[in-house]
Amino acid sequence: MPTWQLRLLRGRPGSPPRLETYRVELPAEAYLIDAVEKIWAEQDRSLLFRHACHHASCGACGVRVNGRERLMCITPLREFSPDRAIQVEPLRHFPWLGDLLVDVSPMMQWMAEIGFAIIRRDELTADRPLPGGIEQGTRFEDCIECGLCLSACPVMAADEAYLGPAALAAIERMLAEPRDGDTARLLALADDPHGAWRCHSAMECTAACPSNVDPASAIGRLRRRLIVEKFRRWIGGGR
Amino acid sequence: MKEASRWKRAGGWVDLRGRREGGLAFLLMRLTGIGLVIYLFIHLYVLRLLAQGPEAWDAFIAMAKSPLFLALDGLLILGILYHALNGVRVTLLGLGIGVPHQARLFWGVMTLTLLMTAVAVYAIFAITG
Repeated sequence: MPTWQLRLLRGRPGSPPRLETYRVELPAEAYLIDAVEKIWAEQDRSLLFRHACHHASCGACGVRVNGRERLMCITPLREFSPDRAIQVEPLRHFPWLGDLLVDVSPMMQWMAEIGFAIIRRDELTADRPLPGGIEQGTRFEDCIECGLCLSACPVMAADEAYLGPAALAAIERMLAEPRDGDTARLLALADDPHGAWRCHSAMECTAACPSNVDPASAIGRLRRRLIVEKFRRWIGGGR
Repeated sequence: MKEASRWKRAGGWVDLRGRREGGLAFLLMRLTGIGLVIYLFIHLYVLRLLAQGPEAWDAFIAMAKSPLFLALDGLLILGILYHALNGVRVTLLGLGIGVPHQARLFWGVMTLTLLMTAVAVYAIFAITG
């Protein structure tokens, strides 16, 4: 069984963080979350990290792996070589709570403010028969609120008031399926210097997203809608 | 959202670790943008020589024909071309057009920029030489 080297960022707010190397024995079929959990279980119980579902549904285990935003639960160890350390750091652009843990509540508050629904209309099974014994299909929204897109976005580094790709993609999704929501309020939220217009199309959000939300395209569609709304107002059509 | 100093935040967008083509395109866009603004002020400063008479202007023109100055012109053209061509790319992507092809578009912009700069630099040295 191969021995993997993990270089984890350790520390607590108030003191400079440091990188510490750990070694764990695991089969190549294991995932990065298994390695971090094993370090916590067998070597250091003070290690802070988030995890829950282990199958990319909860979005809790987002970190940066060798610099790139990934979910630990779907990052297989076989992607790496046992000869080279795998560097694991917390997400960028969130308040750091210690080790691999960040406070994602600012993003969650925006999602709640937008009224982002978890369940969407079931368009996948609408025109096809359901398997026997199933009366109705339920389709969850693609966004798992992992925050990888916020960490990957370079604009988040420069503008702390920026709504961010997750919230803007959620606004675009809510506008597409308003469910009697206040679309004027959502458009006003997006039509702000720190909203849809702050995006500089670095495209890192879409590249980092593990759930095919494609925030960059969503922000583009949102901008097109905002432009149309502005034209309507200019020619006196109202919103 | 971030608890960091203003300077650390301002420098965050320069950090290329873990970034892909889109992040590199964004960084180059900002750097060329800052460079072009600085150039604009230098250009306006140099133009004041026109008010100082033909001797002052002719002396500057003689200096501007030196190989070092011509090489700097090449650098300026490189910055202008990248900023303009990537500006078209960003305009399309910003409206959600061609997002799946953004990396290929970036390499297309880079190729066009380098080719057109090479032609321009050749023309500059051929004309002044």
